[in-house]
Amino acid sequence: MAAQSPSAPVRISETFARAKREGRTAFMPFITAGDPDLEGTRALVRRLSETGVDLIEVGFPYSDPIADGPVIQASYTRSLSRRITLDAIFAAFGSLDRQGLAPLVAMASYALLMRRGVERFLADAAQAGFSGLIIPDLPAAEADDVFRMAHASGLDLIQLIAPTTDRARVPSILKSCSGFVYCLAVAGITGERESVADELIQQLRWLKSQTELPLAAGFGISRPEHVATLRGVADGVIVGSAIVRRLESAEGAPFDAVLDSVGQFSGEMVAACAR
Amino acid sequence: MAVASTSPATRNVPDERGRFGEFGRRFVPETLMFALDQLTAEYDKAKQDPTFQQTLDGLLKTFVGRPNPLYFAERLTQRCGGAQIWLKREDLNHTGAHKINNTIGQALLTLRMGKPRVIAETGAGQHGVATAVACARFGLECVVYMGEEDIRRQKLNVFNMRTMGAEVRSVTSGSRTLRDAINEAFRDWMSSVENTNYIIGSVVGPHPFPMIVRDFQSVIGREARAQSLEALGRLPDEVVACVGGGSNSAGMFYPFIEDEGVTLTGIEAGGRGPNPGDHASTLSYGAKGVLHGSYSYVLQDADGQTMDVHSISAGLDYPGVGPEHSYWKDAGRVQYTNILDHEALEAFHLLARSEGILPAIESSHAIAYALKAAKRRSKDEAIVVCLSGRGDKDVYEVARLSGQEI
Repeated sequence: MAAQSPSAPVRISETFARAKREGRTAFMPFITAGDPDLEGTRALVRRLSETGVDLIEVGFPYSDPIADGPVIQASYTRSLSRRITLDAIFAAFGSLDRQGLAPLVAMASYALLMRRGVERFLADAAQAGFSGLIIPDLPAAEADDVFRMAHASGLDLIQLIAPTTDRARVPSILKSCSGFVYCLAVAGITGERESVADELIQQLRWLKSQTELPLAAGFGISRPEHVATLRGVADGVIVGSAIVRRLESAEGAPFDAVLDSVGQFSGEMVAACAR
Repeated sequence: MAVASTSPATRNVPDERGRFGEFGRRFVPETLMFALDQLTAEYDKAKQDPTFQQTLDGLLKTFVGRPNPLYFAERLTQRCGGAQIWLKREDLNHTGAHKINNTIGQALLTLRMGKPRVIAETGAGQHGVATAVACARFGLECVVYMGEEDIRRQKLNVFNMRTMGAEVRSVTSGSRTLRDAINEAFRDWMSSVENTNYIIGSVVGPHPFPMIVRDFQSVIGREARAQSLEALGRLPDEVVACVGGGSNSAGMFYPFIEDEGVTLTGIEAGGRGPNPGDHASTLSYGAKGVLHGSYSYVLQDADGQTMDVHSISAGLDYPGVGPEHSYWKDAGRVQYTNILDHEALEAFHLLARSEGILPAIESSHAIAYALKAAKRRSKDEAIVVCLSGRGDKDVYEVARLSGQEI
């Protein structure tokens, strides 16, 4: 599935390959573009990269995100209240110095892609340095064309698999998936949970037998100790709400303190993933 | 008004993927696919089951009070001096609006699936009340999501829902209105699907919701069509209904879709005028896009963010519209236009004085259009208007706008 492009697809697979060689679980934090502002987002991307994260997932703020939990929706609302536009987001990422940065994956509602035009959105994302794309409200049954267009733009299209996903449907989901498979840890929305469900572990084990693609577990993972349970069964872990919650306090606080708090947490997660 | 005609609209939609022409489908997270597949399968089975239809018909008769009349508005007709105006009296249903046609049907589906819990969203509270009523009737646990702002404005409906045992959950995210109540209901469903059914209030959302709600609401049009044949000896010349999400209008129009001689007209909320944020006229001013899991016309900004909407009517101020309406619009089968806040208010007063009927402010939009259309037609012609609900809920707002105190 390799599109010969200077940007992404290659780098997501390379990222996972390197983590595997080094005996680590890949750590993939999520932040919202524009929360607290785009300058802050740029600083967070740099700081997270410095702590050794393997990939950064960047949420594009959307007014009606049914796939996300309250912490991330609130973050989107904060970003949109500053009138952050897609043009501004693409410009902010496009002008980043790529040296030493972790690969970036955009997470955006299909509503945003449709309005901008799918091909234009994909081209802009590739141009801005994104390696792949997650469209949480684009089910596999609707994804064929987008998958093809994403590859033409040099982007991976990452698909989601839920604990409730019928195993009979999994092959059709994997058919339009590249980069990695995003395995949802809980049936439900993003947020922090007490423990990692056995169901997830069992599903990851089964998925391993179905695909060569790396498996990343997300939704509900928030603590270093969650990582230990997933060792050997997941190739990567995604952490969203636990980081975004630290951005909530950005209003009024010195941003350096927020950066330090996120950086420290990220460092702990990276260390837990390397154990 | 000129409408572009492409291929003729059929009643044989949606297909198995939920497509009404290019519209509809499912744009939802993978976490919802299981629930939607399960609901689709259960609904298909229910449709084949004569007992299900008999039970539903029995409840519509004895509990809802159907069939409701098709009423000739004689004095209103005389005032216009044109076509006859007939009113389909959904306001006479139990709970005073059409919403209950759908909630009774969906509550029966919930029972079939063996699920003890129901969730719903509501804006002004009409669908919330109709859901609470159905859940009380069948002993189902009921949680209604309602925007914080709407809870404050609709105290009476909130009190009624709670009295019937429903839990009303305040939604404080995003815009704190109907839009976000829908978002919260979907979120609840993602983690509760095993014991919960989502009774959505309009012909919106991912497949199979637009089809299920249309089917349950189609009792309006089926009755109106048969009653027209009986009262007029023929079909009406024009059928009119208001369109927010589009449930009363979808139910009214659907049985007439293949009656080519019948003009179908959907009336959106024109609000204060055509500027963005001043109206809720999705089909008149919107563009194609995705909202709440389906592809339809929507009111979005250039980036795809949902825009704020306004209407005097809390039941019409939704920034999207059911995908079947988008299909009918593009096929040229239904014409859509809008009525301003003040025109609806005038129609509200006119119907009250000339017929002794207090219409819902939503339905007043359809009445206002019918008054204009009747004047353009001859006395031999007939217009049927869906009077989707009664106006008791609106009297505080109407009084406030006319500078009175209740």
